Amino acid sequence: MRLLQNRYRLQLLNALSLLLLLGLWQFLAFYLNSNTLPTPAVVAKVFWQETVSGQLPYHLGITLFRLVVSFTIAMLLGCALGIVLGCNKALDAFFDNWLVIFLNIPALVAIILCYVWFGLVESAAILAVVINKLPNVVVTVREGTRTLDQDLLEMARCYHFGRRKTFIHVVWPQLHPFLMAATRSGLALIWKIILVVELLGRSQGMGYQLHLFFQLFDVAGILAYTLAFVAVIQLIELVILKPLDKKAQRWRR
Amino acid sequence: MTAIAIDIHSKTYSAQGTAPAHRAIANLKLTLTSNEFICLVGPSGCGKTTLLNIIAGLDPDFKGDIRLETGHKKPVIGYVFQNPRLLPWRTVRENITLALAGEHAPETVDALLDIMQLTQAQHVYPERLSLGMSRRVSIIRAFAVNPDILLMDEPFVSLDAPTARQVRNLLLELWQRRPHTVLFVTHDLREAIALADRLLFLSPSPMTVMGEISVPIARAERNDEAQVEAFRQKLLAHYPEIKTLL
Repeated sequence: MRLLQNRYRLQLLNALSLLLLLGLWQFLAFYLNSNTLPTPAVVAKVFWQETVSGQLPYHLGITLFRLVVSFTIAMLLGCALGIVLGCNKALDAFFDNWLVIFLNIPALVAIILCYVWFGLVESAAILAVVINKLPNVVVTVREGTRTLDQDLLEMARCYHFGRRKTFIHVVWPQLHPFLMAATRSGLALIWKIILVVELLGRSQGMGYQLHLFFQLFDVAGILAYTLAFVAVIQLIELVILKPLDKKAQRWRR
Repeated sequence: MTAIAIDIHSKTYSAQGTAPAHRAIANLKLTLTSNEFICLVGPSGCGKTTLLNIIAGLDPDFKGDIRLETGHKKPVIGYVFQNPRLLPWRTVRENITLALAGEHAPETVDALLDIMQLTQAQHVYPERLSLGMSRRVSIIRAFAVNPDILLMDEPFVSLDAPTARQVRNLLLELWQRRPHTVLFVTHDLREAIALADRLLFLSPSPMTVMGEISVPIARAERNDEAQVEAFRQKLLAHYPEIKTLL
C-alpha cells in the first residue's frame, strides 16, 4: 500500500515538473511577445495542422524508417565486431587504431564524404549514419566481452555447453547491460545525426523540414516537429526498452 | 568404471607483471582405482585447484599425461568448483538442467533436488540463495550429469559446521547410491577422514605427493566424531609433518 502511494506520488511529481516547464515556457513567450518564441498553444496548433495535413506523419515516418534501418545495421554489425575483438587479442590490437580513428571522425565529415563519394542517395545517407554509430557500438560491446566472467565460461566448458548454449546462456546475459547502454546512447545519437544527414542531402524527412522552417523563420514549426520526435523516442523507451530491460533484469534481487 | 592415472612432469605459470614464473606442480604421480573416494589434503595455494583443472581438461598447458580409463566412452566429469559458479540469470533448476546434454529425465533432477532439500527453491534465482544452498545446487549439477569422475574443490569451505556436516552426509548418500571416482580437495583433516577411502597428502608448491594413507574406519561409523577425531590424533602423532600442510 505504501509502495503504491509512493508510486503515485512520484508520478504526480513527474506530471508537476512537466507542467512547470510548460508554465515557464508560456510565461517567457508571453513576456517576450516575439515570433521567435511562440506560446505552447501556437505550437500545438501548428502540430495539429501539420498532422492533419499528413506532412508531419510523412516526414516523421521517413526519418523513423532511416533510424530503424541504420540503427539495426549498426547494432548487428557492431555486436558481431565487438564480440570478435573482445575475444581475440591479436585482432583487437590490429584494429584498435582503426577504431580510434573512426570514433573521432566528426559526424559532419562522414556525412559530407559519403555524399561526395556515393552521391545524394538513400544508401549514402544510411551509410553515413552507420559510420557514425558503428565504432561506438563496437567499443561498448568489446569492453563488455572483455569483462566476461571467466569462471562461468570455464564452467560452461567443463559441462560441455557447446557454442550455442554458451552464447545464449552465459555470454549474452552478461553483455545485456552493455547492449542496453549502446542502444540508448545509440538512439539518442543516431536521430540527431539523421537530421543533419537529411538537412544536407535529402528532400524528405525531419531534417529537410526543419531546414525549410529555418529558411522561413518558422519557429513554431521547428518546435512542433521537435516535440513530435522527442515524444516518439520517449515512446520507444517506454514501450520497448523499459519492458525489455525489466524482463532481462528479473533475476536481480 | 573409471580409473585415473595422473603423471604430471610439470605445470608452470608464466611470469605476470613483476611476479616471476611459478612452478605449481612437479613430478606428480598418482593412480585412482574405480569408484574410489580420494581426499587431497594440502596447504592453501599448493596447486590443488590447478590439478583439478588439468584433470577436467580446462587447463591443457602442462607437461605430462592424464589417462582416464572408462573403457570405450569419453568420461563424463562433474566438477564442484570452490565458488558455486551458478548462472545468476537462470533459476536453480535451469542451472542444473543446462549442464545436461540433450534429453534428460526430469525425475533425476527432481530426486536430486529432493535429497538436497531444494525442491522448494528450484524456481528461485541464485541471488536469493544462501551460500550453503548455492553449494548444494552446484553439487546437484555435478551429480545430475551422471559423472564417471567427480572433482570437488573445497566445496564446503566457509560453511558453518552444522551445514557443512549436513551437506557432507547428503554428498555421501548420493555417492553411495551411485558410486563413481571422487577427487575431493580439502585442507580440513577431519572432513577428509570422514569422507575418504584414501588420503593423499600434498606438499607446498611445486606440488607433489608426500604420502598416502587409507582410512580404516568403516563407512557406517564415519559419522562417529569420536572415531574420526581419534584417527586424526593418531595420524598427527605418527606424522607430525602433516601439521605443516593444514
